[in-house]
Amino acid sequence: MRLAACAILSFLSISIDHANSHLSSLRAVLGVVVYPLQYIVNAPVQGAAEVMDDLRGRRALLEENERLHTENQLLSVKTQRYSALESENQRLRKLLDSSSAFEQQVVVADVLAIETTPSARQIVLDKGSNQGVFVGQPMLDAYGVIGQVSNVSLYSSTGLLITDPRHALPVLLNRTGLRAIAVGGDLPDELNLSFISINADIKKGDLVVTSGLGGRFPAGYPVGRVTAVSLKPGDAFATIVVEPTAKVGHSREVMLVGPQAHDIGEERISVSE
Amino acid sequence: MDKPHRIWVIALSILVAFMLTAMPLPEWALPWRPAWIAMVLVYWCMALPERIGVITAWTIGLTLDVMHGSILGQHAFGLAFVAYVVLQYHQRLRVFRLVQQAMVVGTLVFVYLLAMLWIYKLLGSVNYSFNYLFGAISTAVLWPWVYIVLRDVRRRARVG
Repeated sequence: MRLAACAILSFLSISIDHANSHLSSLRAVLGVVVYPLQYIVNAPVQGAAEVMDDLRGRRALLEENERLHTENQLLSVKTQRYSALESENQRLRKLLDSSSAFEQQVVVADVLAIETTPSARQIVLDKGSNQGVFVGQPMLDAYGVIGQVSNVSLYSSTGLLITDPRHALPVLLNRTGLRAIAVGGDLPDELNLSFISINADIKKGDLVVTSGLGGRFPAGYPVGRVTAVSLKPGDAFATIVVEPTAKVGHSREVMLVGPQAHDIGEERISVSE
Repeated sequence: MDKPHRIWVIALSILVAFMLTAMPLPEWALPWRPAWIAMVLVYWCMALPERIGVITAWTIGLTLDVMHGSILGQHAFGLAFVAYVVLQYHQRLRVFRLVQQAMVVGTLVFVYLLAMLWIYKLLGSVNYSFNYLFGAISTAVLWPWVYIVLRDVRRRARVG
């Protein structure tokens, strides 16, 4: 009797949840309940990492400091050029009377050491709707795109990685400008480009970047490099494997890129830690 | 009459099961993760059938769905089913030897995982393969230890 009631309730909620997003508020409420649990599980892993940091020798720290210093120098030099280019770009855009879409809001989120289901490639982040995270927000790390936010509760959120087979990302090839869709592959560390005809000009090593089509991901962020192209004469489409440039599944923190400036009328970059 | 107050021991054991479920494992061990929550649930349904039942199982399952990011109601249904079967046969299960119990629990978890896999596939998640069912084997192997630990905890804390 009770089982029957539960079964009916389950199938109702499964069908509702599958068909549309009416239950997302229930999910958000339960997500707040689950968050302390995730926090507790994450704590020992985080603690171990902190202890390891404490135990590192002076020499290693000095070396790292040196390395970061050099890297910082290099990046600042690049930024100088970038800001010059940016102002030039602004000026040219003004001449053309088009609005600028350069500045973006960025939220830095930590990845909690939480496993979800074995095969779903998703991560749990420690920032939620109280920090302005929203469903569909692009996730990046220092090397490229890693995914997008799929569920948000008050204090935490879940992100779907680009390597999940359920995820599709509009991209283009940097060298030729050919547009394609990058879909998660069978292996945890690869993407496939769908529907590329076998006579397309694609070489191993080509850089794949986001195209900005679809309006969800900003254009021009690196996604990956082509690692294998197989053109079988019988097939309609080529099989193209892309290895992500981002450390998908290994990053400890991710950047959530906010809505583009012209969408919300904000003019400056604000980084909240 | 301090018996109802002992309910926190049950809650704590379920909390630990949740933590074990969310614990990161190396890549090769992922499909072998035992169904910790189902195991703890089976134990309490067996030991205290008048206290823990289908409704509790369903609520736990719903929380699990949120944690997994799976579709709401999926694990809720699975765990409710597991609880129902154990409630039907709890007296018989109690007198089984540990090895027999392990086999029954393993089979039950196998059916539960199979149902989960079926729902995943039905709703179009392509990235689930049959190694998802390895969890049933590790569950059966670990059942005697879980049983003994939980029994000792129950006796020590006089949950009843």
